[in-house]
Amino acid sequence: MALLDVCGISDWVKEDTFSSQKASVDRVNHFNFAALEPELAVPIGVDPAEFLKPFTDCEDGVEGVTIKLKHGTTTLAFKFQHGVMVAVDSRASAGSYVDTQLFKKVIEINPYLLGTMSGSAADCVYWERLLAKECRIYKLRNKERISVSAASKLLANMVANYRGMGLSMGTMICGWDKKGPGLYYVDDNGLRLSGNMFSTGSGNSYAYGVMDSGYRYDLTVPEAYDLAQRAIFHATHRDAYSGGTVNMYHMQETGWIKVSQEDVGELYHRFAAEKK
Amino acid sequence: HDSCSFILKVGIRGKDIVVLGVEKKSVAKLQEERTVRKICALDEHVCMAFAGLTADARIVINRARVECQSHRLTVEDPVTVEYITRYIATLKQRYTQSNGRRPFGISALIVGFDYDGTPRLYQTDPSGTYHAWKANAIGRSAKTVREFLEKNYTDEAIASDNDAIKLAIKALLEVVQSGGKNIELAVIRRNQPLKSKEIETLVAEIEKEKEEEAEKKKQKKSS
Repeated sequence: MALLDVCGISDWVKEDTFSSQKASVDRVNHFNFAALEPELAVPIGVDPAEFLKPFTDCEDGVEGVTIKLKHGTTTLAFKFQHGVMVAVDSRASAGSYVDTQLFKKVIEINPYLLGTMSGSAADCVYWERLLAKECRIYKLRNKERISVSAASKLLANMVANYRGMGLSMGTMICGWDKKGPGLYYVDDNGLRLSGNMFSTGSGNSYAYGVMDSGYRYDLTVPEAYDLAQRAIFHATHRDAYSGGTVNMYHMQETGWIKVSQEDVGELYHRFAAEKK
Repeated sequence: HDSCSFILKVGIRGKDIVVLGVEKKSVAKLQEERTVRKICALDEHVCMAFAGLTADARIVINRARVECQSHRLTVEDPVTVEYITRYIATLKQRYTQSNGRRPFGISALIVGFDYDGTPRLYQTDPSGTYHAWKANAIGRSAKTVREFLEKNYTDEAIASDNDAIKLAIKALLEVVQSGGKNIELAVIRRNQPLKSKEIETLVAEIEKEKEEEAEKKKQKKSS
């Protein structure tokens, strides 16, 4: 209110008292793309990273009292002449305990946008669902679908507010928009990279090895499916924290299609048979 | 009582060009003409002319400019003309619905090109509504000029860039005293930043055309 401003009270009155009415009237929330308004309340005077240290799995941690965040994955995506290939495993592990072999690590934001998840499952699921909500709102407000670069930028901005607070998220945003196929890597530090090939998670080095040795831009569609599947399979074979099934998506001009969902055990036997 | 509401502004949306024409008000002898800016760029591809209180316009234009850059930063794309118009309209509306404040006393004509190359022209008013137009006028005698535009805005009339510019000048000349000195023009072409336009030659052309038309009519009457 103008009177409050004149009296100089708004300087020290906190936002969560009655003057929050001023805040919601003045703040143009529907133009900030979820960047300015923090979604999670952080207690004042507490550094979340320091607070969590004794309870998480690190050197300063207290013996026997650790929260083992769900970690461990292999995901990959690469661009080629017929669009973007996305392949992920489906194991969710907590330390050495396998929570489930059927975890969905690809979130289908809209028929032209996909997001992959690696790192802490809780963080990924939460932030990517929030991203999906922002994408839907963007489409309603602007009457056209959000671009891949804008969607990845929104996610990067959202998590950059919580930098250093212990988020763990490595994701790839893939889609097809007016500018053509798009592939961006976004992680919990707010890093955002555009590129032709990414692999994230604990098994990413194995996936990179297989992908790099077989990748060409002019792959045919069946060759690309085979390459993506093999890369994930070999990562699940050697990485303890990856496994379950290989979920594969193909992002085309007309939207994404789910190519296959195959158990790695069956893939093992198929590839072994090929060798003979 | 600001003089800006007495100035006529015309906006025309062509096929590959958008034109903003403004009546140049005569300034006092000792006043620097450069400081009276009526057409303002909000971004490289969008500009705005306003009628009303200049001081209010300054605030709105500043906020709009910041929002254009903020959008580029957050979304990595330039604003669409509709987006920035919606932002300005929302800003105006908020001031009609909060205590201790009065509404912004300006109407604005916002022109520009979207990222995909479509030309746009929007008008906002102090209540916070906005509408898209093919051609419009605000300010002094806007009604007369709008009627002229309704009669003369056809697809042939805006077929080429020069035709669109001429239409804007003709519309202004309906009300403004003749002469290039009294008209200020700004054009935006697709993928090109805002430019001020050379008036003199075009005004001379229009005068010539008018004379030729009058001649033809005379000949018809006599025959």
